[in-house]
Amino acid sequence: MCGIAGKIDFSDKAEPVSIEFLKNMVSTLRHRGPDEFGYYRDNNAGLVHARLSIIDITSGQQPMSNENNTLWIVFNGEIFNYLELRKILQNHNHKFKTKSDTEVILHAYEQWGLDCFTKFNGQWAIAMWDNQNKKLIFSRDHVGILPLFIKEENNTIWFASEIKAIFTDPEVKREIDIFALQQIFTFWTTITPYTTFSGIFEIKPGTTVVYSANGKKQEHIHWKLNFQDPSNTSTTKNKYSFKDAAKELEQKLLDATKLRMLRADVPVGSYLSGGLDSSVVAWMGRQTKSGTFQTFSIRFEDQQFDETRYQKMLVSMLNSNHEEILVKKRDISQVFQEVIYHTEKPILRAAPAPLFILSKLVHDSNFKAVVTGEGADEFLLGYDIFRETKIRQFMSNQPESRIRPLLLQRLYPYLTDSLFKAKGASFEFWKKNFTELNRIDYSHILRWDTTSKIINFLTDSIQMHLQDDLMELVRDILPENFLKLDPVIRAQILEIMILFSGYIISSQGDRMLMSHSVEGRFPFLDIDVINFLNHLPIDYKLIGLDEKIILKHIAKGKIPDEIINRKKQPYRAPDAASFIFDKPEDYVTEMFSEKILKDFAIFNPEKVSILYNKCLNKISNNPDGSQISNFENMSFVGILSTQLLYYMFIKNKPRYNNNINFTTKIDMVKENA
Amino acid sequence: MHKEEITLIVSNYIKKNFLFDEKKEVDNDISLYQSGIIDSMGTIELISFLENTYKIRFDDDELIAENFDSINAISNFLYNKLQNIK
Repeated sequence: MCGIAGKIDFSDKAEPVSIEFLKNMVSTLRHRGPDEFGYYRDNNAGLVHARLSIIDITSGQQPMSNENNTLWIVFNGEIFNYLELRKILQNHNHKFKTKSDTEVILHAYEQWGLDCFTKFNGQWAIAMWDNQNKKLIFSRDHVGILPLFIKEENNTIWFASEIKAIFTDPEVKREIDIFALQQIFTFWTTITPYTTFSGIFEIKPGTTVVYSANGKKQEHIHWKLNFQDPSNTSTTKNKYSFKDAAKELEQKLLDATKLRMLRADVPVGSYLSGGLDSSVVAWMGRQTKSGTFQTFSIRFEDQQFDETRYQKMLVSMLNSNHEEILVKKRDISQVFQEVIYHTEKPILRAAPAPLFILSKLVHDSNFKAVVTGEGADEFLLGYDIFRETKIRQFMSNQPESRIRPLLLQRLYPYLTDSLFKAKGASFEFWKKNFTELNRIDYSHILRWDTTSKIINFLTDSIQMHLQDDLMELVRDILPENFLKLDPVIRAQILEIMILFSGYIISSQGDRMLMSHSVEGRFPFLDIDVINFLNHLPIDYKLIGLDEKIILKHIAKGKIPDEIINRKKQPYRAPDAASFIFDKPEDYVTEMFSEKILKDFAIFNPEKVSILYNKCLNKISNNPDGSQISNFENMSFVGILSTQLLYYMFIKNKPRYNNNINFTTKIDMVKENA
Repeated sequence: MHKEEITLIVSNYIKKNFLFDEKKEVDNDISLYQSGIIDSMGTIELISFLENTYKIRFDDDELIAENFDSINAISNFLYNKLQNIK
């Protein structure tokens, strides 16, 4: 995987960008691709590429062109089915000069035009520049595994894998978007195409955008999340019995894992969390190759987050070379500034930090790529929120029932020892709007409502300028048949389009992996696997309150029963407790100080001080942070990360330098043109 | 102690401790649970606060949401309990 960036000025009188400018830009992406650097430049366009060499190490350099040098590409990602596509293209008389997947994209585009993106199985962020027709093409993979940001102003387009590359241009204004904060303090992330920064947008997942010289911009959707109306599911059910579906899914997952383990010219390792998803992926990875097999795990000093016992079981079963790292609370606060430098987005949980530490371990072990279990919880209905939605819907059938809410205790066992178990009255919280099944936010209203109380920490003057209703943004990204779908599928769509895309595979995924030059590969996000799963009936994935059942069926006999049957443990790390010690890191006290809070003018210093002292008090009574509520944790981490972001990206400029040695230099600047 | 005084103390505590904002307007009848102002952790904090402030102890059968679901519910319940102790 790699980093890409560039600047294109469509105007006739465009001045070519300087090499110095291109060096600065690419230097911000060095962590994404430290192996080689390349640029292309003509009078209108400058493209740069930072390479993490994984496929065709000797001749896969970029920027790369078609045979007559009119089409130039910079590409971050992998097209896993490139060998199959290459054969088809050769049959169409395309001649290849390299063995790379990058060249396959160029020829595929020449052969099929924009339809080529419907043929790719992979993960990509692509920019292509057609210097004859002055046409610029951006494309992003189905679910947005890889990032791609753009800025448009006058006749100029900037693009980059990470926003910091765009910020190297002094012409670009750096400003935090307060609507973005409102979104993040509601949904945990901005909603596509918005980002934390005003005027910077992301290319939407599953989308190709074409800019033409005449200023025309066209969006083409090459893939959409597609679920059938409930009335149609019977046909799929007839097509695949549960057992047949499981067999088919197993084959598809094996194929997907094989592509991701073997289509690389460097060895690929595997993450092991101790949960079902990564265990299945690691088991399948093990089947694809003989010889050594490398696994990596995070352990937590704090027992409530630790899964070592299960990791050990898998390691001995797979007989893998295993590397692990023990994460302590202090480690999290020590790396947290770097974490936010990479997420480029405020976060409400410290959970990405251990993954930052883990990718360093992978890098230090000389590995450049890993497979992980990402996506299984979203596409196989693993999360609590799906079961919660099912229970609330069941409660709504008989709103007066005092028995039905008791099911919530199965989901949240702490309710049974709550002080309020008497009379079932502790369920009031889950009854909010629970009979309003036609709300688009039906499944997520509790979560979004709770989170949005963080907005109250913003200064009054920011709060005065926020939007009344964020649901418009949500409505814009939903499929047309959304309200016709089962509430559980609707919950799934919201989860995939919002939290998964904007947080799980970015802030907690690509950004943490690439911070140490590690490429993530995700068999559950293989497009054949996704399309297959989305056409299976819900009850192949979630029956009663039992989740991911088809995957558990596949896993049976392959991985230990204890792992299959264990209660799902959400991946979490200590939050506020990672930052509050007798002597906290200097930056923590500074970011929470009245002086800095006033200076940055994002948060109300008095309210933040009440929160900080409350957390401080609770930690002094209980250092493990177990007394700090979910809301307090989210607020603490959200405020700290926003402050850091402002400090690193607005108050200061992201770091860059010109200490870059370009090995691929394509200069087509015409003097006196 | 007057009931209004109890209401004010409870209301100020809830605003400061759960909303981090003493100037915030909160309807005395709003359901603290349904609105998410208090969660399971908050329940423990609230009850400890009341027990410490008023030097009282709640029995198990008093710990039902009806007694704690709004600022008015809390002050009514507390006022009656304090009256009975006298």
